[in-house]
Amino acid sequence: MGVALTRSAQWTAAGRGTRTLETTPLNEAILKEIIMFVESFIYKYPQEAHYVFVDPLEWKTNLNPSAFESGYSVSETTVKSEEVDKNGKPLLFLSVPQIKVRSFGQLARLLLIAKNTKFQEAQACVEANRNPIAKILGLDYDTLTEDSSKVNILDKIIKEDDPEIDMKMKIAMLLKQLDLHLLNHSLKHISLEIRLNPGTVKNDIELLKRFSGKGEHTVLEYIDYTSDYEFSNGCRAPPWRQVHGEICYVLVKPHDVETLCVTCSSEGVFLNGGKTEDEGEINYERKGAVYKDLVTFLKEKSAKFSENMSKQEFAFSEEQQKEKDQPNEEPKKEEAITFRKAVTGSDRSTQEKNQINFGKTRMTKRLEPSLNWKATVDSKERRSLVRDSQEEKHIGRLEKARPSVSPGRAQIVRKSAEKIEEIISESSSESEEDEEPPDHRQEANADLPSEYWQIQKLVKYLKGGNQTATVIALCSMKDFNLAHETCQLAIRDVGGLEVLINLLDTDEVKCKIGSLKILKEISHNPQIRRNIVDLGGLPIMVKILDSPYKTLKCLAAETIANVAKFRRARRAVRSHGGITKLVALLDCGQNSTEPAQSSLYETRDMEVARCGALALWSCSKSYANKEAIRKAGGIPLLARLLKTSHENVLIPVVGTLQECASEESYRAAIKAERIIENLVKNLNSENEQLQEHCAMAIYQCAEDEETRDLVRLHGGLKPLASLLNNTDNKERLAAVTGAIWKCSISKENVTKFREYKAIETLVGLLTDQPEEVLVNVVGALGECCQEYENRVIVRKCGGIQPLVNLLVGINQALLVNVTKAVGACALEPESMTIIDRLDGVRLLWSLLKNPHPDVKASAAWALCPCIQNAKDAGEMVRSFVGGLELVVNLLKSDNKEVLASVCAAITNIAKDQENLAVITDHGVVPLLSKLANTNSDKLRHHLAEAISHCCMWGRNRVAFGEHNAVAPLVRYLKSNDTNVHRATAQALYQLSEDADNCITMHENGAVKLLLDMVGSPDQELQEAAAGCISNIRRLALATEKARYT
Amino acid sequence: MDPKALKKLVESISNTVKSFKKSEVECLIRLFHKLVGRADVRLDNVGLDRNAFRGILYSIFGMTDDVLMNRVFFAFDKDNDNCINVKEWVKGLSVFLRGTFEERLKFCFEVYYLNGDGYISREEIFDMLKNSLHQPSSEEETDEGIKELVDITLKKMDYDNDGKISFADFEKAVKEERLLLEVFGPCLPEAKNCLDFEALAFRHILTSRF
Repeated sequence: MGVALTRSAQWTAAGRGTRTLETTPLNEAILKEIIMFVESFIYKYPQEAHYVFVDPLEWKTNLNPSAFESGYSVSETTVKSEEVDKNGKPLLFLSVPQIKVRSFGQLARLLLIAKNTKFQEAQACVEANRNPIAKILGLDYDTLTEDSSKVNILDKIIKEDDPEIDMKMKIAMLLKQLDLHLLNHSLKHISLEIRLNPGTVKNDIELLKRFSGKGEHTVLEYIDYTSDYEFSNGCRAPPWRQVHGEICYVLVKPHDVETLCVTCSSEGVFLNGGKTEDEGEINYERKGAVYKDLVTFLKEKSAKFSENMSKQEFAFSEEQQKEKDQPNEEPKKEEAITFRKAVTGSDRSTQEKNQINFGKTRMTKRLEPSLNWKATVDSKERRSLVRDSQEEKHIGRLEKARPSVSPGRAQIVRKSAEKIEEIISESSSESEEDEEPPDHRQEANADLPSEYWQIQKLVKYLKGGNQTATVIALCSMKDFNLAHETCQLAIRDVGGLEVLINLLDTDEVKCKIGSLKILKEISHNPQIRRNIVDLGGLPIMVKILDSPYKTLKCLAAETIANVAKFRRARRAVRSHGGITKLVALLDCGQNSTEPAQSSLYETRDMEVARCGALALWSCSKSYANKEAIRKAGGIPLLARLLKTSHENVLIPVVGTLQECASEESYRAAIKAERIIENLVKNLNSENEQLQEHCAMAIYQCAEDEETRDLVRLHGGLKPLASLLNNTDNKERLAAVTGAIWKCSISKENVTKFREYKAIETLVGLLTDQPEEVLVNVVGALGECCQEYENRVIVRKCGGIQPLVNLLVGINQALLVNVTKAVGACALEPESMTIIDRLDGVRLLWSLLKNPHPDVKASAAWALCPCIQNAKDAGEMVRSFVGGLELVVNLLKSDNKEVLASVCAAITNIAKDQENLAVITDHGVVPLLSKLANTNSDKLRHHLAEAISHCCMWGRNRVAFGEHNAVAPLVRYLKSNDTNVHRATAQALYQLSEDADNCITMHENGAVKLLLDMVGSPDQELQEAAAGCISNIRRLALATEKARYT
Repeated sequence: MDPKALKKLVESISNTVKSFKKSEVECLIRLFHKLVGRADVRLDNVGLDRNAFRGILYSIFGMTDDVLMNRVFFAFDKDNDNCINVKEWVKGLSVFLRGTFEERLKFCFEVYYLNGDGYISREEIFDMLKNSLHQPSSEEETDEGIKELVDITLKKMDYDNDGKISFADFEKAVKEERLLLEVFGPCLPEAKNCLDFEALAFRHILTSRF
């Protein structure tokens, strides 16, 4: 017991006074075991239970004397047990709060009495009695484990044949058993607890990175370290945090959760306080539970992660299988076999561990096929500046790159030797990639492609050669097929990437050019991009942008364009001032402070601008970079470049603009800089990509009315319409239809489109197109169908059917547009007949159940014209089972648009008496009344209309009054919106049929407001206001009359 | 110096070297005489000997490789009299400072082939590259490394596979990859040095212009 308590139990760091047990699972388990031992003591060893301790166990208890019952003499503040020792002293003595216990029997009874708090009591006891054995048996027995003391005790036993000694001995044995038991138990616990180390964490992160990215099937959107710098021990946490066992901090963005800032420490993985704004410090404080590793943590936090992870895991194991097969095919030496077996044995013994801990072994698997050797070059080692080392390091590296072997190897080998028979049969079934023996790597090297060796040789010259040799090696390296992944990764894996990046930091122009030419090519590979960023390549390239050599600038910018395809890289470009420099490249045409001797390695200014734009295009995918480009004065420069006729310059320029046009500031600037004109001009280009980006830019900007007009004025509508006819290039088609959609928000534009026969073409695009195109096509049709002529065209071209068919989709954006378009078509009775026949109304109605509020609202709006124009609308509406209840319940929504649209739908539904009766039964009146206190004019308008129509049934008028809807309505008259006035006046007119409502209106000053309305040019408003006033007046007269008669 | 003779000399040189203005040619001639240090001797047969010229290459144009500096000297010295006269000086500098791509290409090739057969042979390449690896390893190993490097170069540049590099090979390779212009060692000054030199040599013109 003593050993277990001192060794295994986790005590808090020495504080003031007594130390306490930490509340850890292990401690809890130990305490539980002790409790069980004591509780069962009475039954198992009844004799020993009466043994009186040498010294009492003493601690502060929380137990109340009143808790003790029979067998104890209880007073206000003390308790004595009736059981006493030879000297008549009680075996249990409680004097609040101190308690003394002197036998196992009493201990057990005490625990029984304590009931729910026995855990606390046991803890307090253990804490207060750090050496229980000494107290129970006397100091002699304390060190029972030591052999010498055993002899002592034996001596004693022999000398004085005392029965008590016998008893003591027995208890000592029992306690020792308990001790052993506890130790075993805690061992089990510890073995479950896998401490993390930098290696495993790094592997976890690397692997997760590989499966991260955009798209449905990745496990995460991204995962990245907060710091690029890795200390030599593999940690990334700053040293003062490493003291706390923290390894690194990671930013993780799962698909379905916000970005998480996570601390990986040797204790486990937990959420920290996150990164403070503007790239500041990390708030290191723990904010959540500790998980045993990153994967468990993420599984807990993100459902999407665990879902996709389970899919990916299949992929992992496949890869694993692939790699695993290899070593077993070629057992070279006897020794090697046994070694592998040994390893396998270890895997068996840790199998349980591996199952819990998602692929500890898997993590080190590299997932690219054909690249077994990749793992051999430890990235940490690669970091060492190769330039410094003259000698060829590579082979050496291959041999020592095995730090991952577990320290418990010897033990494992011994263990497995015992079980060798058992293992032999299944040496191939376990994963052993992690512990791959070094000689095996050498074998694997034999399979490498010849390029690998050639590239390795060239890298050797890069490292050990002077400028001349370096240039030759670079030129020769360039002759490899650098677009091929094998070569790309080969360069990296022989340590070429570091050298190439180091070369950028020299003064040798030719070396820099040669190096960039290679980097430019290999940076098409996503892994290489990350490696370049990890190796600090970006700041150097950004610095090169200042070079007087245009070629260098170009190459650096192009490489940056390739590298800046992911967030961290874009951020790095910005934080090193790259954006300003790239923007400056756009200005190249203007200043010619070039060295006179420039012809040799130089290129044209336009080329510089092109490369600059290319890099900006990549960078502009981050919001902060868009802002930085604007601040650096990029927009006027881009606008100027738009005037050129060089297609290869125009594409990145327009691409950047299009990317940035998502920002309001850009859209304003685009308008101000007269960019639209040039965008329109380039729509007529021959280049499909250019057309696409121009159309995309117009799409982004045409939310603005003035811009839409500009597009028309510059003749942009015609090329857009004619581009519709080419449907092969789907990206372009999506961009073009998008531009048409946004442009057709203006009526003048729609007229033009009709002129160009674009509407017919759009209808033709309703089938067999990808969703991105469909969303835009339907959106455009929805806008066009606001006009009667176009509705007819759509109907005549057979557009109704495909539109209705699209109502069953699941794409939210598409549904919003489709419902709008169908609603627009329903304005025309003939189209409505078709929609009705196709069961379109039912489909619309069922979209009211769509989870997305935009879809709900859009569907409800679309229902209004349907109900208006359908033949026998009342019967149709009633035929939807549960439909009316559904609509009424939507009034409980908290989305203003949904509420307004549903009010509008109710207005239409209520025109049918029978339906009005039904919705009244569903409680439409209180729900509408509840909405009355709103500030939104749109909602007020439709709400007032709905109320005025709902008044037509039963005692609804009275009910509205009872639900306090009248007073707020009166206030609507103070709004500035005439639509609100009209609807409100009508509602008040209806409500004024009830005397009580008239009084409320009068009290709220409605008469004066209504009097003003009577003077309105709007006839309906006039009439309603006048009618309302007359009702109020009539009531007043009637009361007067009543008074006098 | 006799202004008349100078003028005549400027005229005659300007006829052959088009990339300099007359005033610039005059400056270069003056500089030449200053460098030669004997301005009063007859104009034609004075010249810079190899050591003096190498000194200039080193101090003004920042070249360091002895072998290549010698070769540059021979490339300047068209008439092979071991002495660079004023015409050769101006002509050579025109390539150095303002040479077109073709001129430089030719110049480099001339620097690299020495024995006059019009080819750069494997041995010559080895000679030129032998100092290009600074490894502390044994001589044999270095030799081995250089040999491989020579092979790499030949593989890249010897298009007709005759084991040596002809001007056609050289031209083709360099046109494909300009970095290969000075493939066997720097023999053209760097742009910065050229600018400095021009600023120094033509300072009279520059200052008089303002």
